Amino acid sequence: MGKLSRNVYMVSGGVTKFTKASPDMDFRLRVKKAFDYAMNDVNMELKDIDGSVASYFSDHFQRQLMSGVMVQDYLGLTPKPSRRVEGGGATGGLSFQAGVEEIASGRMDTCAVYGFESMSHVNTWKGNEFIALASDTNFDYPVGGFYTGYYAMMAARYLHEFGATVEQLAQVSVKNHKNALSNPYAQSPMNLTIQDVRNSPMVSYPLTRLDVCAMSDGAAVAILADEKRAFELSDNPVLVKGIGSGTDTMRLADRPFGKVPLLAHEKESDYKNLKYPGVHSFRAGRTAAAEAYKNAGITNPIEEIDVVELHDAYTSSEIQTYEDLGLCKYGEGANFVSEGKADLKGKVPVNPSGGLLACGHPVGATGIMQAVFVFWQLQRTIKKHFGNDKLQISNPKRGLLHSHAGTGTYVTVSIMEAVK
Amino acid sequence: MTIDYNAKMPEKQDGTQVYNTDPLIVKSHYEIDYIHSYAQDSEFFRAMGKKKLMGSKCKKCSYTYATPRSHCMMCGAETEWYELPKEGRIHTFTTCYFGSEAFLKETPFNLIMVEFEGVDSLFMSRLIGAELEDMKVGMKVRARFKRNLEFSPTDVYFVPVEEK
Ligand SMILES: CC(C)(COP(=O)(O)OP(=O)(O)OC[C@H]1O[C@@H](n2cnc3c(N)ncnc32)[C@H](O)[C@@H]1OP(=O)(O)O)[C@@H](O)C(=O)NCCC(=O)NCCS
Ligand SMILES: [Zn+2]
Repeated sequence: MGKLSRNVYMVSGGVTKFTKASPDMDFRLRVKKAFDYAMNDVNMELKDIDGSVASYFSDHFQRQLMSGVMVQDYLGLTPKPSRRVEGGGATGGLSFQAGVEEIASGRMDTCAVYGFESMSHVNTWKGNEFIALASDTNFDYPVGGFYTGYYAMMAARYLHEFGATVEQLAQVSVKNHKNALSNPYAQSPMNLTIQDVRNSPMVSYPLTRLDVCAMSDGAAVAILADEKRAFELSDNPVLVKGIGSGTDTMRLADRPFGKVPLLAHEKESDYKNLKYPGVHSFRAGRTAAAEAYKNAGITNPIEEIDVVELHDAYTSSEIQTYEDLGLCKYGEGANFVSEGKADLKGKVPVNPSGGLLACGHPVGATGIMQAVFVFWQLQRTIKKHFGNDKLQISNPKRGLLHSHAGTGTYVTVSIMEAVK
Repeated sequence: MTIDYNAKMPEKQDGTQVYNTDPLIVKSHYEIDYIHSYAQDSEFFRAMGKKKLMGSKCKKCSYTYATPRSHCMMCGAETEWYELPKEGRIHTFTTCYFGSEAFLKETPFNLIMVEFEGVDSLFMSRLIGAELEDMKVGMKVRARFKRNLEFSPTDVYFVPVEEK
């Protein structure tokens, strides 16, 4: 596996405010709002778009198949090429990378990647049923039928394996909800304490209501271009420096107990007694990180990455993901957050936007939202788009976006780099 | 001549359930019965009627699976059926207080991953006879089977085993 065959840039982005329910707009209009925002930001017209990728997870939520082409149609992009990409929670990340590949391959010079999900068309418990259908329907769905339950078992094993505490999980929730206070696109900004998180209703031990992301209606758009078009369209495009992705078994039960695939800065002796990934870590996340780092030439992620937007559907997932990304060693993730290293002013700010926990998780839009937020960080235009610069990280050079599907089955990592 | 210039659609009395008028939000019902084949996994479900828990074992590399699969993920070879021990230990656990609509009435329920001595992979199941505060990683558990099978993986469940 090698590098992208030509340079790909992100030139613009747009996001709708994520909400529990916005029945005043359907998915097409939501995408249109995010799309127009992105198009206007770089003065693009429909003729400037060569094609698109549609990012959405479930056909069940709306009982509408081929929603992708309906968006293409509504935006006025027919008869240009488009396709749908789907991979559970990682749908956004996979679609973003599919867009990158359209440009890198030379097939398109500009590509709009649009993501959306409208989860409010069913009640929360039905929604959980639809999400849980993304687990093995012979062996897993009939037993648990609840994603938070699956992640809760992974979290419980993580706590056992590494001696982390539920209060450390809660710290992720406190951090991310607090960051979101300055993000006008976020669904649930909140000022919380660790006790608030622990005292909120238990959903699935050890995860409480505030350890878990909500369901949302939302849309997000990323516009990508090759080098020539990128600099014609914008004086501040952001380079997609490297992409990586990985997979793991659908059933948690099948996850092996082997060795850690090492990153450049790690040694085998770091993990002498660790059986990996078991159900405490996400091997697909490590695989994705390793590929992306190799392509981006990153050998010591904690020193070379300035901002991270990662898939914190659960507080535990954020901690587990620090380790997969090599921001710290396996087993050190809980201390990484409790020592403030992931804070807005920490060693490497993680989820300065508020992440899924506070922004919401309209599945197909989520990974694209992350791309847009990292893009604005690297452009240093947070103030322009958020209306305040409280979340702007000072002079970030490199950003990482991480998208993740059901219990770690598909994971993508993409690295973006400021050029201006 | 089949043209009818006064054709009229028959009226219905059913009406539509309306939740809101601005925007207009209505109820839309959908229901489906699947003809679900367990295909190559069928033996697992049948065996529970004989109070057997069947996993699989790779014919080539001998990797053993507590949750059966007919081909090995390690080497790609075919596996054969392999009877699991009745007792194992809790690898991890949770108690679900909420759930999907279909399972809400069963909450709270305990979910566990079971590890078996000498078996390379795990098995997901329900645990009864213990509450959240009783469950521990490493706790010994035993499989029990329902008498009236539903041909669901919940035909087997686990209970704690007293350890002296
Ligand atoms: C954690 C969780 C159970 C909490 O549920 P919740 O968001 O509090 O859900 P509720 O159904 O209680 O709804 C919250 C509010 O929205 C309202 N609401 C719920 N469904 C709605 C709908 N379809 N339209 C409008 N409003 C709705 C409720 O009335 C409630 O209002 P209130 O706060 O004024 O009482 C739920 O968000 C969840 O299951 N999240 C996990 C999602 C997930 O697994 N994603 C995939 C991860 S990869
Ligand atoms: Zn084998």
